[in-house]
Amino acid sequence: MNNKFTAGLQLPPEVESAIHSINPATSRRGFLQASGALFISAGLSATLAGRVIAQATAGNSGPYPHPDFLQLDTWIVIHPDNTATFFVGKTDGGQGTGTAFRQMMCDELDIPYSSTRLVMGSTDTTPDQGGSGGSDGVEVDGWPMRYAAAEARRTLLELASGRLNTPVAGLSAENGKIAVTADPSRTITYADLIGGQRFDVMLDGRNINSTRGVADVKPVQDLRVIGQSIPRYDIPAKVDGSLTWAVDVKLPGMVHARNVRPPLAGASLQSVDEASVSSMPGFVSVVRESNYLAVLFEREEQAINGARALRAQWTPPAESPFPASKDLFDYIRSQNPTSSSQPDVTGDPDAAFASAARIVEADYDIPFQGHTAIGPAHALADPSDGQMTIYSNDMKSYGLRLGVARFLDMPEDRVRVVYMDGPQVYGRTAADDVGFEAAYLANKIGRPVRVQWMRDEETAWDTKGPAYAFTLRGALDATGNPTAIEYDARALDFNHVGYNDPDTVLIAQLMGRRPAQPGRGGAAKPSVQYGIANQRHTGHVVSLPMIWETPLRCGNLRDPNGPQVTFAFESFIDEMAAAANADPVEFRLNMLANSSEDNAFRKARSLATVRAAAEVYGWETRPSPNPQQRSASGASISSGRGIAYTYRSGTVVATIAEVEVNRDTGHIFVKRLVCAHDCGLVINPTGLQYTVECGMLHGLSRALWEEVQFDTEKVTSVDWATHPTMRHSDTPESIEVVIVNGDPNPDRPDLPHYGAGEASHKPMIAAIANAMFDATGVRLRRVPFRKERVLGALRGQLT
Amino acid sequence: MASITLAVNGSTRTVDVDSSTPLLYVLRNDLALKGPRFGCGLAQCGACTVLIDGVATRSCVTPVSRVSGQITTLEGLAQGGQLDPLQQAWIDEQVPQCGYCQNGQLLTARALLDANPNPTDAEIRQGMEGVLCRCMSYYRIQSAIKRVARVSTASFTDAAIGTGAKS
Repeated sequence: MNNKFTAGLQLPPEVESAIHSINPATSRRGFLQASGALFISAGLSATLAGRVIAQATAGNSGPYPHPDFLQLDTWIVIHPDNTATFFVGKTDGGQGTGTAFRQMMCDELDIPYSSTRLVMGSTDTTPDQGGSGGSDGVEVDGWPMRYAAAEARRTLLELASGRLNTPVAGLSAENGKIAVTADPSRTITYADLIGGQRFDVMLDGRNINSTRGVADVKPVQDLRVIGQSIPRYDIPAKVDGSLTWAVDVKLPGMVHARNVRPPLAGASLQSVDEASVSSMPGFVSVVRESNYLAVLFEREEQAINGARALRAQWTPPAESPFPASKDLFDYIRSQNPTSSSQPDVTGDPDAAFASAARIVEADYDIPFQGHTAIGPAHALADPSDGQMTIYSNDMKSYGLRLGVARFLDMPEDRVRVVYMDGPQVYGRTAADDVGFEAAYLANKIGRPVRVQWMRDEETAWDTKGPAYAFTLRGALDATGNPTAIEYDARALDFNHVGYNDPDTVLIAQLMGRRPAQPGRGGAAKPSVQYGIANQRHTGHVVSLPMIWETPLRCGNLRDPNGPQVTFAFESFIDEMAAAANADPVEFRLNMLANSSEDNAFRKARSLATVRAAAEVYGWETRPSPNPQQRSASGASISSGRGIAYTYRSGTVVATIAEVEVNRDTGHIFVKRLVCAHDCGLVINPTGLQYTVECGMLHGLSRALWEEVQFDTEKVTSVDWATHPTMRHSDTPESIEVVIVNGDPNPDRPDLPHYGAGEASHKPMIAAIANAMFDATGVRLRRVPFRKERVLGALRGQLT
Repeated sequence: MASITLAVNGSTRTVDVDSSTPLLYVLRNDLALKGPRFGCGLAQCGACTVLIDGVATRSCVTPVSRVSGQITTLEGLAQGGQLDPLQQAWIDEQVPQCGYCQNGQLLTARALLDANPNPTDAEIRQGMEGVLCRCMSYYRIQSAIKRVARVSTASFTDAAIGTGAKS
């Protein structure tokens, strides 16, 4: 069978095996080929192949059209061995969402988890759900998966009704087979009904997120696979070395490329001396376009050596591209914003401040923080047969496909992205510079090209979470109740890059391609659930002098603004509590109790979550700082605890950190963490727990260590010595995750499943800052809390 | 170019490469091994770790010509079809998030336990300090190492094994 759908390049067997998890014989391609005879003999027209024929008639003849999300067959294939493969347009950055998706679909389909496999995020085989981002995989994209599986189950029941000569109402589905309820000896398996054949069922939906069939999903009470701590299916192959990652793919004839970046930000490439490398072993070519420069060699180490040896003349920019990082916050506060939001105003904050018994005011600063992935960016692009296949861990593979098609001016259906596992994503591979580079170079030289960035390149040139400078003011009445809060944020976020945007990825910038307008960027406001009568929240965006071809490009970093904003806001709430001589938990509970906002029962759930964290921690009710700051474990060690609360979308989280601060060295050790976490319906409790843990520790790393540093010419954070991160010795002795599922109200409807990839990351910096204050009475208002800064703060020096 | 013979995962392999080539690229690109990975090329992160005669070694800075001894990669950690107890503990504890660094975590932990089968918590932290994880799976890694250490200790004292209890 050679229909249009299967006419493209075949994947290397190891890739086919890797992305189709275990058994290549049951892959989408295998299925389509095997079932092609059915398609021909039955003459079906409304199926996958029918869609392809329609597109071909319209002159769109590429081999990689979008799978149609309105076709049930796009989502689910039942095989002759009574197993199923699910196809979803998501990616899994290691948080176990793939396992969660399988559980959700198994539950609706009534098929054992062990009889299924999952294919994710490969643009020609899975429906375009946009890939990953925003912790919305389970929260948003899980719904069409559930509805599709429910519709498959309904279709199977209808087919069984005919075969078993029994009305659907008299049938029950379980474990991949359907039985006559009144006579359970009469059964038929899913495979006997449809194994190896198409459902040929259309779904409805204006967009992919609203896709559903006739069938409804099950009520929570009937879910059986959801809620189980099924081990992640991807882990065994990751620990025995058998998994083929995106970084491992090799193709016949492929070459290795390394980029050569401007040595100074904004430098212009004047000349390249190709002869400086052309006699080196394995030399293939030097590729240059404007300020983009790369070398290609037959072998990887040859490319690395060639990139180092290449002689090139660069002209520095006329003006400094940015201030030095040590001067960054003075710069941010002195600039005219490129844009300012309309203030969000509640009540009359000016009047409340005028009549306040006490006013609290504080500034907070948080620098650029990078992704600095453990595995530098990589991709392999294959230009064979006039198509373009990119092997990538791009979390938004569909966007990469579209972006590359536009970048190379190719029809989109001649480009495909094969999504494979890779190092941490967290927003980095949503602006996947390297995928564009590999495709550009492959297109240029007509051979498969593998590109991987080097460590210094990754740390200096990856996308950054925006730096922020905040000013907060708060008013307390005579009894210590908060009456007003005013929040003013300045985000160094102008020209925030798009998702796989062919005009803003790094190679496009270096080649001089520009969008009509730079991205406006944004300054986020806090997630306020507190009932404070008078509030004003304003955000401003500020720009660096140089906005193109800069290593200080802002992109999305795990909850792109949440950790910064929550650091400032929840630190300030703690400062207000201290000013009111109130216990930090009680102070928050009182404000939550005063809230009139209860969207998604968030008020009640927030109260329950804060209380759960305090109870599990064993929180002693008292104001901060701790009157007994010296702990038993050493005279120079002070102990304290701090809480921070927030929400992200539907998920509510409260985190308590316990720290030990060494007053002699300034070292902070986060000894214990407790996180109470309510993300509604839990798909996989253990998977959730570990993702919450790691999200917290990622926040801990950002609190204690992470800062992108630079002088006035270049980024100077270029490796793990100049850009330190959390290590084993920073690991808390104890981490407790309390899964809270809702408030105590038994009359409340069951909650849907919300996201969990970022929520626990969000309040972590504030929790540690608040614990530091409790331990020492000293407030840290500038991230990160490295020991030199802590020591300076303890000695009363400005930090 | 030089012809270089390596002992890798119990087999003898000969490659024809420049003698200065870091072992990492020979393992990955000439011998099709996927366990060791490029992370920094500077011996700072541990993603490229292999065992050479049981010693955890950063293959990204080790010229292939200087290697003598038995090389074990992640693929060679299992013996006779049985996962190394650490690999099993990694599965039982569901250690990885993305998993890219876990090659170095596992092999460094193997070298640590070979030298000290029952390390204290402080010794685990110290022994693992040089291996970075940017998903911050450290707490799970340490739990998995403790699980194996506890099991090996328990077997010495003839106590019950495999109760599945978690610390």
